[in-house]
Amino acid sequence: MVNFLIRRLLAAIALLIIVSMVTFAIFFLVPRLTGASSADLASRYVGKTAGPQAVHEVEIRLGLNRPLVIQYWNFVKGIVVGAHYNFGPSKVYCGPPCFGYSFVNQTPVWPDLLDRMPVTLSLAGGAAVIWLVFGVTTGVISALKRGSVVDRASMGIALAGVSLPIFFTGLLSLAIFRDNLQWFPGAGTYIGLTQNPLTWASNLVLPWVTLAFLQAALYARLTRAGMLETMGEDYIRTARAKGLPERTVIVRHALRATLTPVLTIFGIDLGTLLGGAVLTEGTFSLPGLGKFAIDSINNNDLPRVLGVVMIGAFFIVLANLVVDVLYAVIDPRVRLS
Amino acid sequence: MTEQDAITVQAPRAFLEVRDLRIHFPTDDGLVKSVDGLSFSLERGRTLGIVGESGSGKSVTSLGLLGLHNRKNAKVSGEIWLDGQEIVGSSPEQVRRLRGRKMSMIFQDPLSSMHPFYTIGAQIIEAYRIHNDVSKQVARKHAIDMLDRVGIPQPDKRVDDYPHQFSGGMRQRAMIAMSLSCDPELLIADEPTTALDVTVQAQILDLIRDLQKEFNSAVIIITHDLGVVAELSDDILVMYGGRCVEYGEVEELFHAPEHPYTWGLLGSMPRLDRDRSDRLMPIKGSPPSLINVPEGCAFSPRCAFAELNEGRSETERPELREIGPGHRVACHLDRADRRRLWDEEIRPKL
Repeated sequence: MVNFLIRRLLAAIALLIIVSMVTFAIFFLVPRLTGASSADLASRYVGKTAGPQAVHEVEIRLGLNRPLVIQYWNFVKGIVVGAHYNFGPSKVYCGPPCFGYSFVNQTPVWPDLLDRMPVTLSLAGGAAVIWLVFGVTTGVISALKRGSVVDRASMGIALAGVSLPIFFTGLLSLAIFRDNLQWFPGAGTYIGLTQNPLTWASNLVLPWVTLAFLQAALYARLTRAGMLETMGEDYIRTARAKGLPERTVIVRHALRATLTPVLTIFGIDLGTLLGGAVLTEGTFSLPGLGKFAIDSINNNDLPRVLGVVMIGAFFIVLANLVVDVLYAVIDPRVRLS
Repeated sequence: MTEQDAITVQAPRAFLEVRDLRIHFPTDDGLVKSVDGLSFSLERGRTLGIVGESGSGKSVTSLGLLGLHNRKNAKVSGEIWLDGQEIVGSSPEQVRRLRGRKMSMIFQDPLSSMHPFYTIGAQIIEAYRIHNDVSKQVARKHAIDMLDRVGIPQPDKRVDDYPHQFSGGMRQRAMIAMSLSCDPELLIADEPTTALDVTVQAQILDLIRDLQKEFNSAVIIITHDLGVVAELSDDILVMYGGRCVEYGEVEELFHAPEHPYTWGLLGSMPRLDRDRSDRLMPIKGSPPSLINVPEGCAFSPRCAFAELNEGRSETERPELREIGPGHRVACHLDRADRRRLWDEEIRPKL
């Protein structure tokens, strides 16, 4: 088991390094290949009105004129041990993990990212609990009552959930429950959990439900299909042949096997969302990582985009690592291979 | 049959008595008559072999005996009397209490038939504790005893292994240990050796025979392998198209079979004591669709001797008739003709 853990951990680190290379290449290599010079990149720091002299200074200071390998090395070094920048007369130390400075307002990227994280964490975490509970329950009931009114109704709703985009259901829910019924007057503004837990939750109910509706629909379909498949397995027949009550057959034997693949997808989904629930945050104007990413892209703010991408990748890799370990705990066959 | 009839019906004499069992599955394409009027009986300490091709209704019968068919999609009728208790008309809960304790089953593929996420021990313990009110420690000790009894080395260590850590033969032994954990009086083995290596098959058959002597249980072996049946069974029931076409003691059936389908099964069996230039005699054609079972004799389209009956085979279904002590056959052919055909045409070629 320890061996397994170390192997997975090393694989996760290797994956992150590769992701950093690819991201770096996309942001610094591709512009060069398409004809942009290092001066073009530098000019974004100093603004369009600056003279060529100022641009050149920035170019040298940020090392944009140096070979790409060195730049990549410095980029990684910044993340791991921090980096020194000298803006104008003063030398600035940017502590690890250093993702550099924003093009737009010259603030370091990392503290800004850190600021946004609780928002996304609250949104994704709360929604995950809701969709997991509702999605899996609905899926199991649908599978067990296959062909019944309950099954047809929930699968119909699930189809709607999968098909309707968040910016539609989200805006609809805002119009009805915030503006019309005034149930959640604060929806669309974020209050920290430590500030006021009640307002925090009440303000997040609509985004949670909207995001969870979409995901729950996916999970219900997934669980239903998995459950139907599992119920046809030979070991379910064996469990019944042993004389186990149907409830035990379903909970102990069928559900455990069904939930294993669901867990994998859950890990990936949660990891992806932690890197920014772009549509939901956009729809409810929540200042999370997703909105941060969109704003940065619109501003052409390369360092911020780079930072948000790396954080997103980090969460996905982390989630996968956790899932891998959980998988080994659940399925004994994984431990050996 | 109404409930009133079921009560007044004559009480069974045998330990297991199956009367006119019918298991039909309504589907979009029509009614699938997987088992259509099957009757037999079995005493404790004896072994019945049910033989037939795929789709003859063998496995459906065995699941029917355990009451494992979903009542929503299977129509089961007839009677199954197990030690004085009727199963078909009992509630699902009553049948569940019998399963595993009074009757249990060994399945064909022990790998897919055991839950991959639970240890062998946990699965045996679960089977034992559902019918016996004992602590986990007692049940665990029992599980280790059972594993020891079916010949698993170091049972106190292997009890904590998972199914995938066992070899195929060991898994089937563990499966048998699980089936026998509550001392069932009826053991149904559905193709117990089909998924195993040839070298392991004999060991498992020996094990089943030894355990049967020890527990004095009634055993039903379901197989398409006549070698397995010859090895283990006292009686043989040959199934075709959901019905019994021939029934008799093993000696009788191997030495004086009277149904052309039984001849076909014997002719399809490879033998080492024959010249290799002699060809096997496969049965032509394929088993009938159970939706459209032929009007008359289900075997007539594949029967080489059907024309001897001048069309009766196509129009009239042959009844299962007693032709000797415990020997029954469902065939329109004249008794004298059957004996002549067997002696002159079939046996010399086997």
